[in-house]
Amino acid sequence: MTQLALVIDLNTCVGCHACVTSCKEWNTSGDAGPMVDRNPYGAEPTGTFFNRVQTFEVGEFPDTQTIHFPKSCLHCEDPPCVPVCPTGASYKRPEDGIVLVDYDKCIGCEYCSWACPYGAREIDEQQKVMKKCTLCVDRLYDESLPEAERKPVCVLSCPTSARIYGDIHDPESDASRAINAAGGYQLMPEWGTQPANHYLPRRKVSIAVHEEDLQRVDNPLRKEDRGQRAPTTRTTLDDSTSW
Amino acid sequence: MVSARRRHAPRSTIRHPGNGAATMKPAFSVIFLTTLIGAGQGLFLAYYSAEWLVMLNMLQPAGSDYTTLAASISFLLLVAGLLASFFHLGHPERAWRAAAMWRTSWLSREVIALPAAMATVFAYAVIRYFGLDLQVLTLGRIPVSLSTLVGFMAMLAIIALFVCTAMIYASLKFLRQWHSPLTVLNFFLMGMASGFTLATVLAVATSAGPFGYFSAMAVFLTLAALMSRLFSLSRNLNLRSPSTLQSAIGVHHPTIRQMAQGAMGGSFNTRAFMHTYGAGVVRLGRRFFLISGFVLPLLLLFFSEADSLLVCAAALLLQFLGLLAERWYFFIEAEHPQNVYYQMIS
Repeated sequence: MTQLALVIDLNTCVGCHACVTSCKEWNTSGDAGPMVDRNPYGAEPTGTFFNRVQTFEVGEFPDTQTIHFPKSCLHCEDPPCVPVCPTGASYKRPEDGIVLVDYDKCIGCEYCSWACPYGAREIDEQQKVMKKCTLCVDRLYDESLPEAERKPVCVLSCPTSARIYGDIHDPESDASRAINAAGGYQLMPEWGTQPANHYLPRRKVSIAVHEEDLQRVDNPLRKEDRGQRAPTTRTTLDDSTSW
Repeated sequence: MVSARRRHAPRSTIRHPGNGAATMKPAFSVIFLTTLIGAGQGLFLAYYSAEWLVMLNMLQPAGSDYTTLAASISFLLLVAGLLASFFHLGHPERAWRAAAMWRTSWLSREVIALPAAMATVFAYAVIRYFGLDLQVLTLGRIPVSLSTLVGFMAMLAIIALFVCTAMIYASLKFLRQWHSPLTVLNFFLMGMASGFTLATVLAVATSAGPFGYFSAMAVFLTLAALMSRLFSLSRNLNLRSPSTLQSAIGVHHPTIRQMAQGAMGGSFNTRAFMHTYGAGVVRLGRRFFLISGFVLPLLLLFFSEADSLLVCAAALLLQFLGLLAERWYFFIEAEHPQNVYYQMIS
């Protein structure tokens, strides 16, 4: 069974909010109608967003790290918001595991938002219906788009490729490989909701830098040896690795 | 700053646009819905149980019968509750759809149980008013009339409604303060207590009906509701959500501080799950609902006589105001785990 999801790499996210703005742009222009956008240029802008980037500081000064944390609907495999919906407007698609809201059936009772521990759902204050991330379901199967663009718009817009999209039930997908390789985890595992979206943790990155990587021993342009030939009697790294 | 040792952010440090505590925001339409229908349900059960006790010769029939009036008032309270609930909906015109998912949703089940209770209580009142009361069957030597049979169906619908209404809250396992059988017990006992208090007032006002039975039951149910509520208050006192900032973002460092929540002017998350009342108001609300909803009605009902209309009416008024405050506090009490993500704007 397919379970489409996002894998978000906290190690590469730089908190630029490109996913937030592209998400809003795509989804406010869609068939479902515009999303609320109050005081967009005022002191207290507010509105409906499917995706937000939050920022946390971990550690105590001066040993701190800043973590940018994109947050959207996690498309849980056992979504607590779906069974509580009285009208069936909230549903999980069996074919690809995306959790969606039928805006024509939603009565705006907000019960699903009470049942979501992640705060992933937002009432649209103009349309009075509950809205949430659709995983850009209106892109994924749109054959008028080039195949490379049949992905959530947040994934396409991420300049650091911190967002990976794929089927987490397929062990060969990019998403599954990333989860397995980097220790992907789920949010609030204590509730047993089994979020489909995973996060990749911060990782210590170390690169072994050798002298030869910075400076070729037999560099013909070496300033220090200008006018002289590089010694040819010594075997250099280039002799063994260059071809 | 959240530390691992202190499992949950202390309330005083939580900052957001509302400047209140990070709990559920009281939904006033729901507060009126649950208190009004609770009183209506209790009122019907008060008179219907009295009818059975008279039938079983355990209670003296007292004067003329006002069961029709009581059933009508019960019906009106259920209607008023239903009307209040519409104000909670973004699309009340689609409310009929809410009966669809009764297999999984307690809200959907309530949407079925409420009209069922309304219809049976209404039918009961109509049968009584127009005297369509045929004897339909006998239980042993007790003749059972049509109204008793319809009343029995109403009783079942009313009990189902109590369970459904309370389970809407008790079934949400993330809201630990609600996720308890005590929620169901509290809703039942408080609805019954206010219903029997209303029945007592009705018995005094009409100078008919079993005043002694109603007032004694009202005292007993109010006391039981008070004990059950105190028990849940003490249970909730030390309840902590297992969700921490660490589990919420998956970073296992004891010191994590939110720098930005992704929205400058607040969002649905900060408006729906955080109230704006100060700690003093919350404390006052708790004291008020305990005294006005339980202690004062208890005393007034205990010392009331069959002709003390003013005392009984005061008990009813105080109890209803107190129960409104109780339901308000019920929301304030519940901590939503999503609030872990919304502790600081920037």
